Amino acid sequence: MLRLDGVSKIYRAGPFGGRELRAVSGVGFEVNAGEVVSLIGESGSGKSTIGRMVLRLASVTEGTITFDGEDVSAIRSPKAYYRQVQGVFQDPFSGFNPIFAADRVFEMIRREYFPRVSRAAWRERVESALAGVRLDPGQVLGRYPHQLSGGQLQRMLIARALLLDIRLLVADEIISMLDASTRVDVLNLLADLRSRGLGVLFVTHDLSLGTYVSDRTVVLRRGRIAEMGPTERVFGDPLHPYTRTLLDSVPRLHVKWAERRDEERAGRTVCPFHDRAPGTPVRGDLAEPEKDHHVACAGPGACPAAEEPEFRQPSAKERV
Amino acid sequence: MSLTVTDLRVHYRTPRGEVRALDGVTFTVADGEIMGLAGESGSGKSTLGTSLVRLDGRMRHVGGTVELDGVPLPVADSAAMDRFRFRAVSVIPQYSMSALNPTRKIGKMVAELLASRGERPDRAELERRLALVGLPPDVLGRYPIELSGGMKQRVVMVVSTLLNPSLLIADEVTSALDVSSQKAVAGMLLGLRDEGLVTSMIMVTHDISLVYQIADTIAVMYAGRLAEKAPADVIVTAPRHPYTRLLISSLPEVGVRQAERRLDGIPGTPPSLLDPPEGCRFRDRCPLAFDRCAERPPFAEVAPGHSVACWKAV
Ligand SMILES: Nc1ncnc2c1ncn2[C@@H]1O[C@H](COP(=O)(O)OP(=O)(O)OP(=O)(O)O)[C@@H](O)[C@H]1O
Ligand SMILES: Nc1ncnc2c1ncn2[C@@H]1O[C@H](COP(=O)(O)OP(=O)(O)OP(=O)(O)O)[C@@H](O)[C@H]1O
Ligand code: SF4
Ligand SMILES: [Mg+2]
Ligand SMILES: [Mg+2]
Repeated sequence: MLRLDGVSKIYRAGPFGGRELRAVSGVGFEVNAGEVVSLIGESGSGKSTIGRMVLRLASVTEGTITFDGEDVSAIRSPKAYYRQVQGVFQDPFSGFNPIFAADRVFEMIRREYFPRVSRAAWRERVESALAGVRLDPGQVLGRYPHQLSGGQLQRMLIARALLLDIRLLVADEIISMLDASTRVDVLNLLADLRSRGLGVLFVTHDLSLGTYVSDRTVVLRRGRIAEMGPTERVFGDPLHPYTRTLLDSVPRLHVKWAERRDEERAGRTVCPFHDRAPGTPVRGDLAEPEKDHHVACAGPGACPAAEEPEFRQPSAKERV
Repeated sequence: MSLTVTDLRVHYRTPRGEVRALDGVTFTVADGEIMGLAGESGSGKSTLGTSLVRLDGRMRHVGGTVELDGVPLPVADSAAMDRFRFRAVSVIPQYSMSALNPTRKIGKMVAELLASRGERPDRAELERRLALVGLPPDVLGRYPIELSGGMKQRVVMVVSTLLNPSLLIADEVTSALDVSSQKAVAGMLLGLRDEGLVTSMIMVTHDISLVYQIADTIAVMYAGRLAEKAPADVIVTAPRHPYTRLLISSLPEVGVRQAERRLDGIPGTPPSLLDPPEGCRFRDRCPLAFDRCAERPPFAEVAPGHSVACWKAV
């Protein structure tokens, strides 16, 4: 359904666009119907940039993003695209215009996509979408954005995206402002929609909830993929040292960080990239030491075989 | 510096009536204490944070008092509060990362902010603090739009603590951060306290397992009131309030998969704060509710430093 191939993004910054910042480099992965793919990685690693490119809010510098085989940068009918693909962003407040009541976002969807649905019927749909994210319509309808709490705004935006009966949801930290119990409710809702075919690109910092719903995980680091594969493989048997660091930093109940030093995961001694068995395929600069589980070279320091400051480029004959 | 909040009641005025966002909140934060504040979304955590600094025109102080080291804070009088803001009490609001002025580079914004308080930026100290949360000094030369969500959040956090407020209220400052940056921010907060730069702290967050790492105590809010406050270990291992118990048990461990084991949230929704029911606010959703719960349970101390508002716990 959604496919990214060698996608890069270079931002031009500075007064005359003279400074270049490579936010995303050669990223490729897919999100299929009925699949939740989580995108994790450190702050500034390019997660939101990828989401914004998929939603056409940022241009793609190199590579292609296709949806059902069609290049999203060259899409003929953006309206038809947004009918199927919607995003909910990290910072819920920016999704609203402060001078209008917050529920105007629902009315705009009706006007844009369902002009023939009567107001009464629409209100019913809105109320059931709100119930799905555990909001009481009486407590949120008619209120201005500043009159709602962070988590209430965040859930209004999720409800808005779901009113459209979309096929792909780009969800950027959509549960960060919710309490644990409400997070679970929202994730169960996504899981139910997934079983009806919804694909989700799920950016999250909450790794325990990330594993709870996602089928596949893509770990980003400095704009590149460090590791990707089935979630239970990536978290169960992390190959890249960065993935291990991430997992070790997850705050746990009952265990304080300070007490965890000695039980740190023993790193693998064999680098799956360089010491792979002969014939193990390499795609781009990712090795595939087991089926569907890809990992990048960890770079100098972590990897004795790496010389270049960034990632080693495999030779042409290594590529498949 | 210690904070004592007694029966604080703050309402929002709306055309449909008053929203009782804080409806009798009582607690203390001791000198040097880091208190985590968790609870249901919409339960009044941010309202509590702002009430200690500034009530805007729509907020009404209905009753109760706030004292810093025994000195009453004039919370209802915004002008009189000026004297206390930033140095005595400082709040990092929940949306502050989207409130950065888009037309100013970060460095310029910091300089202007400090100038408005009659201070000049100490570049070396500023860079030291940026480094503590993993930000390079070049963020000072960038515009907010050129930073990622988590970078903005950390910038705001550094700026708001530059003047070393005695009491810092940090509202969801780690909500957009990956786990390693969370660890850096938590470490910085702890460092500020341990160096004596900030004396006490209230850290509002939904990430209980994170706040557990640095907090001495954790308070849990539900529908405009405190449900429970206790040492962090006690909240996590032996909570007494049914809401706290359900909240803690809905936190999954890494590795639990929906396909194998479906977790459940707490059924039902919290009551409306426009016209909240009498008695215990958790009654409709509480598996232990009984007749007595129609009466409001007192926020009573059940063990030293452990208070609970539940008839089953007293
Ligand atoms: N409009 C922009 N102009 C210039 N640089 C930008 C712009 N937007 C993002 N960047 C830069 O691109 C990089 C990636 O940013 P992005 O927002 O994609 O990160 P992220 O992974 O979502 O991080 P976070 O977890 O902190 O939200 C960052 O270094 C950021 O400073
Ligand atoms: N200006 C306002 N006018 C009316 N009601 C308001 C206003 N601001 C907040 N509220 C309501 O007051 C209640 C408490 O809001 P508050 O922002 O303090 O919640 P919170 O606990 O911080 O929630 P979250 O975890 O989602 O950020 C909510 O039900 C909210 O809808
Ligand atoms: S007072 Fe009653 S309803 Fe409230 S939490 Fe305790 S048992 Fe449940
Ligand atoms: Mg982001
Ligand atoms: Mg809040």
